[in-house]
Amino acid sequence: MGKTLAEKILQAHTQEEITGPGQIVQVKVDKVLANDITAPLAIESFKKMGATRVFAKDRVILVCDHFTPNKDIKSAEQVKKVREFAAAQEILHYYEGGEAGVEHALLPELGLVGPGEIVVGADSHTCTYGGLGAFATGLGSTDIAYAMAFGETWFKVPETILVKVRGKLNPFVTAKDIILKLIGLIGVDGALYRVLEFQGEVIELLDIEGRLTIANMAIEAGGKAGLFAADEKTLAYTREKGREDKPLFPDKEARYEQVVEIDANGLQPVVACPHLPENVKEVEEVKGIKIDQVVIGSCTNGRISDLRQAAEVLRGKKVAKGVRLIILPATPNIFKQALKEGLLEIFLEAGAVVGPPTCGPCLGGHMGILAGGERCLATTNRNFKGRMGSLESEVYLSSAYVAAASALTGVITHPKDI
Amino acid sequence: MIFQGKAHKVGDHIDTDAIIPARFLVTTDPEELGKHCLSGLEENFIQKVAKGDILVGGKNFGCGSSREHAPLAILGAGIPVVIAHSFARIFYRNGFNMGLLLLEVGEEVEKISEGDELKIDTQRGEIEIVNKQLKIKVNPVPEFMQKIINAGGLINFAQARIKGA
Ligand code: SF4
Repeated sequence: MGKTLAEKILQAHTQEEITGPGQIVQVKVDKVLANDITAPLAIESFKKMGATRVFAKDRVILVCDHFTPNKDIKSAEQVKKVREFAAAQEILHYYEGGEAGVEHALLPELGLVGPGEIVVGADSHTCTYGGLGAFATGLGSTDIAYAMAFGETWFKVPETILVKVRGKLNPFVTAKDIILKLIGLIGVDGALYRVLEFQGEVIELLDIEGRLTIANMAIEAGGKAGLFAADEKTLAYTREKGREDKPLFPDKEARYEQVVEIDANGLQPVVACPHLPENVKEVEEVKGIKIDQVVIGSCTNGRISDLRQAAEVLRGKKVAKGVRLIILPATPNIFKQALKEGLLEIFLEAGAVVGPPTCGPCLGGHMGILAGGERCLATTNRNFKGRMGSLESEVYLSSAYVAAASALTGVITHPKDI
Repeated sequence: MIFQGKAHKVGDHIDTDAIIPARFLVTTDPEELGKHCLSGLEENFIQKVAKGDILVGGKNFGCGSSREHAPLAILGAGIPVVIAHSFARIFYRNGFNMGLLLLEVGEEVEKISEGDELKIDTQRGEIEIVNKQLKIKVNPVPEFMQKIINAGGLINFAQARIKGA
C-alpha cells in the first residue's frame, strides 16, 4: 500500500517495516533541540539516566531564546546551566546572545534542518520544520534527554489528514490566514495524533516562509506535525544554506484519513479571537475593536517577509496615539536584513519599538506584558487566557498586514482600509 | 502483567491542569504530587482511590501542557493504569515514559461503569469487567513500550541500556 510523507520519512529512519497507522516504531533522529526553559529539565533527566555523552555533538541544538536577554536572576541561572552543559559536551550548536534568535526561525535559516529529516524538540512548535518537509515534533523533557543520549526515539505511526488549498489568494491574504482558517474549521483537537499534509496550487505558489508559518501552527490543531513535501523552492532554500538534501515524497496511492479542502478564492484576512486559536473570524466581522498593543514577531510571523508586509503598510505613517507597536525580528540575520532594506527606519519613523530577537511577549515572558483589561493583536500563535500577561488581558492573532494596519488606527483594521 | 482494581470514571478532555494544577508543580516527587491528583477536577478525588485502582477517562485524556508531573501524579496516587477512549499525544508519551500503563479502547470504554471491578491482562490484551462478566479487547502493548513499563519508566530503561552497553 502507498505511504504518506510521514510514513515515508519514518520508514527511512527505522529497520522495522512500517505497515500503517497505530504501529509503534523506534526511529533514529537527525536533530534534537531544546531551549532555555526545557533544556535544564532535559539535562537533569539526562544525568539521572547515567548518560555521560550526547549521541552526537553536532546534532544536539540548544537555543536560549525564551527569556533572553535574561530577564531576571532565575532565567540567568537556567541559561547558565544550559551553557555549562553545552561547553562540557562540546555541543557545536549552542546559541545565546547575538547569535541567538527564536529557535524555529533560527534553525531553518542556519541550514540545521531539512527535508526528510526527523527532528525532535522540547518545544511544541518544533513542528515548524515541516514547512521544509522534515518530520518534526515536540516531546517532553525526558524524551528529549533520551534522544540526546541515544539519538533515537519512538513514535506511533500517525494518520494523515490531507489539506488541499486551491484557488488564488486575495490581496492581503497570507499563509497565516490559511492556517487560522483551517484551525477554525477543524478545531483545536481536529488533528489530534495526526499529521497535516498540505497540497494544492496555493501551497505550491507559497514561499518557504509562508510554509513555515503554516507548519508552525499544526500543533494549534493538536497535530503531531504539519508537512509540506519538498519541491524546487525547498531545495533552492536549503541549498542556499549549504545543504544537499535528498527529499522524500508521498506515494501517489497514499492513504489519507480524511481530506479537507480550502478554497482560497473565498478567503479574506482573519483573526483568531480570545481565548482559543479556533475562534476565527474575518477581520471585517471584528473591525473596530480597540487594541492597546501590537506585537509583530515570534516563530510564526517574525521573518523578513512578515517585516516587509508590516513596512508596506507602515511606510510614511504613524502608529495611533496610545498604541504600543512592538516589532521583534525573529533572528539576528532577519534584523540585519531589515536594516539593509530600510525597514527598521520605516518602523522607527512610524513610532514602533524595535527590540531584539527573543520569544519575549509571545509566551508572556518579557518585553511587552499586558495589564488587566488590555488587548493585544499579535502575529504569534497562541491566545490562551493570560498567555501574554494578566489573566484579564486578551490576545488576538493575525498576519503582519492586519497587525500593522491595526497599529495605525488603534482598532482592528483591514489593511485595504489604510 | 496483571492489574486488578476498581474503576474510577472521569469525562472527556481531562486536561493536565485538572490532573495536577500548576500550583502544585513545585516538586517532582510522585508521592507529593499524588496527594493532589485530579484535584483540579474534584477537590478530594484522591480520597476515594485505593492503591491499585484504575482510572477510566473519555476522549483526549491528558490534553494541555507537556508537563511530566501529570502522569507522575497519577502514579503517585497509586494508580498504575489509565484506560481511555483516547489520549492527548504528549501525555501518552510522557505516561509511558514515566512508567504509567495507558490503554486506548475507543467506544468500548462506555461499557465500564464507576466502581466496576477491572482485571487487566497485558499479555492477552484484555480488560475483564469482573462484575459484569464482560471482556474488552485492547491492542497489546507493543514489546518496546512494555519494556519501558517493566523497567519502571524511560529514565530507568535508559539507565539499564547505558549500563548494558
Ligand atoms: S516565539 Fe512563542 S511560540 Fe515560538 S518558540 Fe518562542 S514562545 Fe514558543
